Amino acid sequence: MRATVLIRPKAGILDPQGEAVQGSLRKLGFAVAHARVGRLVDLDLETDDPAEARAQLHRMSAELLANPLIESFSIELEGEGEGEGKGKGELEGEA
Amino acid sequence: MTAAPRIAVITFPGSNDDGDAVLALGLLGAEAVAVWHADTALPDETAGVVLPGGFSYGDYLRCGAIARFAPVLGAVAAFAATAGPVLGICNGFQILCEAGLLPGVLRHNRQQEFICRDIVVTIESTSSAFAGGWEVGQELVIPVKHGEGNWYADDDLVALLERRGQIAFRYAEDVNGAVGRIAGVTNEVGNVLGLMPHPEHAVDPLLGPVGGIPVLEGLIAAARVAAARAGAAVPA
Repeated sequence: MRATVLIRPKAGILDPQGEAVQGSLRKLGFAVAHARVGRLVDLDLETDDPAEARAQLHRMSAELLANPLIESFSIELEGEGEGEGKGKGELEGEA
Repeated sequence: MTAAPRIAVITFPGSNDDGDAVLALGLLGAEAVAVWHADTALPDETAGVVLPGGFSYGDYLRCGAIARFAPVLGAVAAFAATAGPVLGICNGFQILCEAGLLPGVLRHNRQQEFICRDIVVTIESTSSAFAGGWEVGQELVIPVKHGEGNWYADDDLVALLERRGQIAFRYAEDVNGAVGRIAGVTNEVGNVLGLMPHPEHAVDPLLGPVGGIPVLEGLIAAARVAAARAGAAVPA
């Protein structure tokens, strides 16, 4: 089944890309107060079980697709919309 | 025990400072050995490891995020777990953070620009395996060249690292927005060190500043200790 993971810089975390995009949009004349730039990963999973898919998506987001120190993620599963995962993945960066 | 310690320099696809690291370590008296990322073991008698600068795997996803899965990283992690000294420079620092061997993460520079110039870093701690010849407050001039050198950890973690002496280097000025102007950190045990500046580019007075020498000599000294320890562990 198809899924999309959206990765965003966490609130309060510096986002130079977002600042550059916001500045550029303002130069084009758009009244943009803030812009944040994240990342989108489209996936086609081999499982057809939504619960299994969601569990896998959560793990892959926390372990690789997002860095929980600075990024949050949300998961959209085909037919279900955005859901579980938002703001999760708080891990310590301990060596 | 006076033999040159063997230090493995890992080459990932996209590494570009591996050659300089090998040259600099050789110049300073180590036996530097180039090791390919797809190798699953380090050479026999490896007593130190360098993860060099560059753009491993094209910096896909995030800097260092993919290199963490390179076959050789398992061997590097195992080496680090036995207190073997591991030095990550620039992209190598990013890899060690992504692999969980060092705390924190490197973000895009605050000024949204790639920085390439000589900077001053101050030695902040001498509690690591690398710091035998270092003094707190000692200033080193070493070049930086990075777009993502803006180290970050939250306030609690930074305070913990400060207390444990894990902040190894600080920029004398704000270079890239890094929290606390932190330029390099170690792990808790003190055998894994990562820094954004490039000591391997600063060892020859003919080419500029030589602030990299104490950093690499720290690694070589730590490798000598590791080699002696390994030698002692094998009954003669």
